[in-house]
Formats: sequence, C-alpha cells, structure tokens
Amino acid sequence: MSILQNPLGIHGTALKLREQRTAVLASNIANVDTPNYKARDLDFSSIMAATKSNNMSTSHSRHIGVSNYQALQGEGMIKYRMPNSAALDGNTVEVNTENNLFTENSLRYQATSTFLNSKIKGVMSALRGE
Amino acid sequence: MSMLTALKISSSAMNAQMVRMNTTASNLANMDVVGSTADEAYKAKKPIFKTVMENNSSKNFEASVQVNGIFVSDRANNKRYDPQNPAASEDGYVFMSNVNSIEEMVDMTNASRSYQTNVEVMNATKKMMMSTLQLGK
Repeated sequence: MSILQNPLGIHGTALKLREQRTAVLASNIANVDTPNYKARDLDFSSIMAATKSNNMSTSHSRHIGVSNYQALQGEGMIKYRMPNSAALDGNTVEVNTENNLFTENSLRYQATSTFLNSKIKGVMSALRGE
Repeated sequence: MSMLTALKISSSAMNAQMVRMNTTASNLANMDVVGSTADEAYKAKKPIFKTVMENNSSKNFEASVQVNGIFVSDRANNKRYDPQNPAASEDGYVFMSNVNSIEEMVDMTNASRSYQTNVEVMNATKKMMMSTLQLGK
C-alpha cells in the first residue's frame, strides 16, 4: 500500500535538497574572487537522516504521518568548508573542489529525477491497469 | 525555487567578471598614456567584489556577487626623461601610467576563467531544470 500512501517516497525530499545544494555550490563558484568569502556546503546525508528520524511515528493504520519538511529549510544545516590551502585574501573557495562537487551534485540530481520519473510511470501504469 | 536563484547567482558573477574584464581592458589600453604631473598620468583601476546574500530570510546561504566600487591604484607613477615630449614638465620628465602589464594579463586570464566556470554552472543548472520539467513524460 505504501506506493499509494506516499507514491514518490524519499525522492521528492532528495530532489529538493539537491536543488538547494546546487544554489549553495553556485554561490561558492560565483564568489571565487571575492575577498573574505567562506565556502559553504549542505551536509546532504545528515539532513536526510534528520528528515527520516523526525518523521512522527504512527501507531494506527489510519493515522496520517507528518513528513518533516522543516529540516529542509536549511536552518543550522549549512556548514563551512575546510580549505586545503586558504588564500591570503581570506577566501576559502577552491574552484576545482567546487566544480567537482557541482558536477557530482548535478549527476545525483539527474539520478534522483530518473527515480522519480520511474515512480510516476509506475503509478500511472497501476492506475491505468492495462 | 533554488534553481532560479542559482541562475541569478551565476549571472551576477558573470556581470562582476565582465566589469573586471572592462577595467583590465581600460588599464591595458591606457598603459602608455603620459602626463606632465603624477596626477595627470593614468592610474590603474581595479573593481572591488562584495558578497550579497540572496533573500535575507532563514535561508542564508545563497550568495551572489556585486561590484562594490572601483579602486584606483595608489602605486607611484614612474617618471621618464623625455624632453622631446610635448607633455614633458619644466625639467624634461614625463610621468608614466602606473599600470603593471603582467598583473593585468594575469587578471585578464583569471577573469575569463571565472566567467567560463560560471557559464558552465548555468548550463548544468539549465539541464537540471529541463529534466525536472520533463518528469512523468
């Protein structure tokens, strides 16, 4: 039954998080020449873990679970990156690291959106019953 | 929509790098402008970049770039003995611009690399948006 209660599973949350991380990494790359800018990042796995563990448990089959969306608002979830070698102007962006993570993030985004797509297709074919 | 913010951030960085490229172009173009006093001679210009936080709500991690003004280099202008020059002062010296061409070339390469990186970020973001728009098709 879970496919009908929560047809998209964890992937919707993951996609939202990947999207936010895109903006954070884009900020880092944009500020590569700004003095005193400190590179930031979202800790994907700990936010996902928090999202899962904060879900209210349901003790009856007719209870409605509360998915925790607040964890996605980014409060306290943003962290500063430790640079390999800090620049003299106080900037901690290392463009190769950021590029690398940006590419990785967009690949994982594509993967999540492929999963979502197949979930949607699965539900559609279940609804059609052909 | 964080994706649109990412596009906005990249475009702000492209604008800032473009200003930097323009100042470099001015500096290189005016490298040989001389004057009869140190104040008349050309002085190198450099943009100052500043981080601006996008939507100042709880989300405090989306940071775009802004050019916060142009800094005029205060490095001393060298003078050269050239009494034939119409701009020469009483004692036959002209003041040269304080542009360092090597510095400018490094700046130019740097600016164009950063610009390129931001274009790539924009392209990747666009692809991600397109794949989301086509979900379920």
